[in-house]
Amino acid sequence: MKKVSLWEIFAVFAKIGTFTIGGGYMMIPAIQDELSRRHWISDEELPDIVALAQGAPGLLTVNMSIFAGYRLRGVPGGIVATLGCIFSPIIFILLIAMFFRSFSDNPLVVRIFAGVRPAAVAVMFAFTVKLAKGNGRCWWKWLMSAATLLLIALLDISPIYAILVTIAGALGINMWREKK
Amino acid sequence: MSELELLMQLFSTFFLIGMFTFGGGYAIMSLIQSEIVTGRGWITESMFTDIAAISQTTPGPIGLNCSTYVGYEVMRNAGAGQLMSVAGSITASLAIILPSFLIMLAIVRFYTKFHENRNFKAVMDALKPVVVGMIAAASFALTLKFQPGQTPFITVITDNFPDWKSWAIAAAAFAASYFGKQGPIRVILGGALLGILLFP
Repeated sequence: MKKVSLWEIFAVFAKIGTFTIGGGYMMIPAIQDELSRRHWISDEELPDIVALAQGAPGLLTVNMSIFAGYRLRGVPGGIVATLGCIFSPIIFILLIAMFFRSFSDNPLVVRIFAGVRPAAVAVMFAFTVKLAKGNGRCWWKWLMSAATLLLIALLDISPIYAILVTIAGALGINMWREKK
Repeated sequence: MSELELLMQLFSTFFLIGMFTFGGGYAIMSLIQSEIVTGRGWITESMFTDIAAISQTTPGPIGLNCSTYVGYEVMRNAGAGQLMSVAGSITASLAIILPSFLIMLAIVRFYTKFHENRNFKAVMDALKPVVVGMIAAASFALTLKFQPGQTPFITVITDNFPDWKSWAIAAAAFAASYFGKQGPIRVILGGALLGILLFP
């Protein structure tokens, strides 16, 4: 395979970052399309990449960019791909953030956001319910979800501790099981 | 606290959030909510709700958009000028991706081995229900305030839900999102339209 230039990697990921709205899961098809059209990554590899990018902490899209960039050109490729996909979203948000402050007292903007706020919260609730269905009929998963919710909401415990304890617990139980 | 110190705290807070985010954009939002809104009180619930809505309707990864915006807003709230606020947004954006960048580079090297690792799978399996609880907690935190040991025990976040019209919009948005399977952009834009129609 011909060596891909760093500039080309930057340009392709900048395109992905600029034209996909809606976050990680919406971006997977766009990334898949761009990468497989250029034969940068085979269709068999893609599910593996998605699984790995989801398993690693952080942003799904950024993780996929790092992975693909690295496969093409090593560490510089990973850096360039990441910078490409974050470049225009950062500029875009900065422009909004700067202008929103001067318009936030505008009566029309106030009315718009009076409607946007409850809608945005409802979208999060709907996402929570969708995600919770993944617990299925497994009682300990429901118990863990409920315990996490109560610890954070009532006792103000940071979710980071919940994650740390879960990782340690899962590793411990799995190692103990495999030892038997 | 000087502006430079705040910038450093932004970096360390977002680095920590980036390291412990499993499960994408909404998981990042739930961590920002607990660490920055509730934990440090750097921005208000209603401002964060606005940011969450804007992050979902503009191009780019939701978690990144949210971090960029929160970084800017935290500096502005502390009285920083335009330039330092831009520095805040760039600091937050880079800090949120740096841990995953380092971890992904490590994973890529042992790609095949890691993928089949049973410990890795066990951890992923156990984290999923915890992420459900986290995102549920963040959703509640933008709706209600819990005050253990005080009366009233529960109060409504009135900036987000001032009256019955807000609850009506929320119910319609939930129905459109969950039962109607509409994407976040349409639902949030629909909320904007209802806001113009219902609020004087």
